[in-house]
Amino acid sequence: MELVVKEQVQKELTKLTNKDVYIHLETTNGAYASHFDETFFSSGAYIRNAHLKFEHSKIAGDGPFRIGLKTTIGWVYAEGITHFEVDSQNRLLLAGHDFNGKLAVALEISETPFE
Amino acid sequence: MEKERQVLVVFPHPDDEAFGVSGTLALHIKNGTPVTYACLTLGEMGRNMGNPPFATRESLPYIRRKELQDAANVIGIKDLRMLGYRDKTVEFEQETALANHMSELIDELNPSLIITFYPGYAVHPDHDATGAAVIKAVENMPAEQRPKVHCVAFSNNCEEEIGQADTVHDVSTVADIKIATIKAHISQTQLMVKEMEEQLQNSEPQVMARINNERFWTYTF
Repeated sequence: MELVVKEQVQKELTKLTNKDVYIHLETTNGAYASHFDETFFSSGAYIRNAHLKFEHSKIAGDGPFRIGLKTTIGWVYAEGITHFEVDSQNRLLLAGHDFNGKLAVALEISETPFE
Repeated sequence: MEKERQVLVVFPHPDDEAFGVSGTLALHIKNGTPVTYACLTLGEMGRNMGNPPFATRESLPYIRRKELQDAANVIGIKDLRMLGYRDKTVEFEQETALANHMSELIDELNPSLIITFYPGYAVHPDHDATGAAVIKAVENMPAEQRPKVHCVAFSNNCEEEIGQADTVHDVSTVADIKIATIKAHISQTQLMVKEMEEQLQNSEPQVMARINNERFWTYTF
């Protein structure tokens, strides 16, 4: 993955506008966060292969970045995005990695379902 | 260490075997005991991606599958099964179906010893759910046919609640295999390996003890 180049990511998001897409969205502190620090409140959310269409998209911030997708009847957003890649299957992979290289958030958009 | 007829190891993630049991498995294999390792997931939700990142959420399972195969080769495991569950979803599977899957493995392999996580004392929800499914499967067997079950526990409260481990294996004679196994899972262990090697060079007693002693709790039905 490469560090986010805002204009380039916006271009990729725009390409996917008004298409039938599959979304992977996750946030995580890791399963061991509360084990190593019992005062830490661990939380996370995960959705794989949400099937939707968005009519508008925007990447915001100066890095780490925020990304919002406006659908006909709702929203998808992610914050803390640092890296991006269009992979060999033409999927737009976005992720936020902390200072140790640990994934903290992922937003992925694909025209075909994720495995 | 007692000689076994067949060992079955059941863990949910590639690398779960590395720290806690790889020395024990290597000793069983040196003893001529066949070892089957059933790994439920490919660790798809691993978080170590490197800085700069060497993997994506989508490429990680392929990397970890290769690392799992490499680790099995290092230990000498000939029978590696990848069961096709997804990381962090094991606890949400239907309990009976998961336990039945474990029963099928046990029926097929007829192990004299099963190694898995101690349900409730293994920190990660996948660990607890995997251990629970194995225990349920063994519980369903007639008492006289049940294999021994050695559990791995490491939650902060485990010794308080289930006491000290009753079985400790000294694996110092195969420490090199164990370290190579940990290194095989390099995507997940690179940060730790660097630190560990420095500590080993200085022969820090706590680190040596952690590597050389593998602790198990025998499950009582």
